[in-house]
Amino acid sequence: MIREFCSWLSETPLSQALQNASWSIPTAQTVHILSVAVVMTSMAMLDLRLLRRGAAGPSVSMTAQRLVPPTWYALAVLAVSGVVLICAEPERELLSPAFTIKMALLLLAATLTYVIARGVKARETYWDERPIAATSVAVVSLLLWVGIVSAGRWIAYVPQY
Amino acid sequence: MTVPEFFSWLEGTALAQGVSESTWLFPTIETIHVLAIVLVVGSIAMVDLRLMNLISRERAIEDVLADALPWTWGSFVVAALSGAALFISKAATYWLNGPFKWKLLLLLLAGLNMALFHALTYPRLLTEERRSPPLRARCAGAASLIIWLSIVALGRWIGFVQ
Repeated sequence: MIREFCSWLSETPLSQALQNASWSIPTAQTVHILSVAVVMTSMAMLDLRLLRRGAAGPSVSMTAQRLVPPTWYALAVLAVSGVVLICAEPERELLSPAFTIKMALLLLAATLTYVIARGVKARETYWDERPIAATSVAVVSLLLWVGIVSAGRWIAYVPQY
Repeated sequence: MTVPEFFSWLEGTALAQGVSESTWLFPTIETIHVLAIVLVVGSIAMVDLRLMNLISRERAIEDVLADALPWTWGSFVVAALSGAALFISKAATYWLNGPFKWKLLLLLLAGLNMALFHALTYPRLLTEERRSPPLRARCAGAASLIIWLSIVALGRWIGFVQ
């Protein structure tokens, strides 16, 4: 079924146009990486703040309030450029085990980020009062984001299903 | 030793041989390279956008710089080392690759822009009591941002050009 969807998608005018313009894929990938830069840097700084290291700031909440808004914009750009890349090469992405893993990790990372944000909203000092929980959340979050970026790069190398 | 001789010597080193012969070593180092570059560009963009007065207006420029610079330098070292390892695996090929050469040139330009900013603009920025950055600081930020965006684009293009 996914194969049928891929061949249908690759016949659409949008996909055809992207395939015919040789610059479209590296351009979309560049935009994608630049937005990854914003998301990854914000998340890494937030995680290190949860680990009580790196970028200072009086509380986790203040660091989060500073870093999370730009992340939302970048995530929107990421989603759009990601969809463009799928339209341009449906089989390369949708039939790649690395892509499946990337999406699964993304789902987990999004859930975890929601948990971090919930804590911040609940109480200004929520995470500062729970060092063990903060450390665990930060370590898992860091591993997930590193995993997402890695899985993304390995789409180019892992054989398709 | 001529340049081509130097490149074939590089390609013959144990590390270069290892990278080019292994199926997983090149993508692994490349992944590390991407992770490092993403942090270099993200942390530099924070400073650049602050200098352009577009984000974190309520924070002092020196605080934003102090937060970002350890990330920038730490990840830059990783990016440079992993980039060098990727380069030597196919040194002669990369040397003839247009986007690769432009990327190196822009890296020099980025370094020059940063050196000029820290030598000339930044010290005066600290002594002046003003909330919004002066024009020369905004220009330094904009130049740096454009250079780094181009470096990422050129890096991506290396793989698309024969």
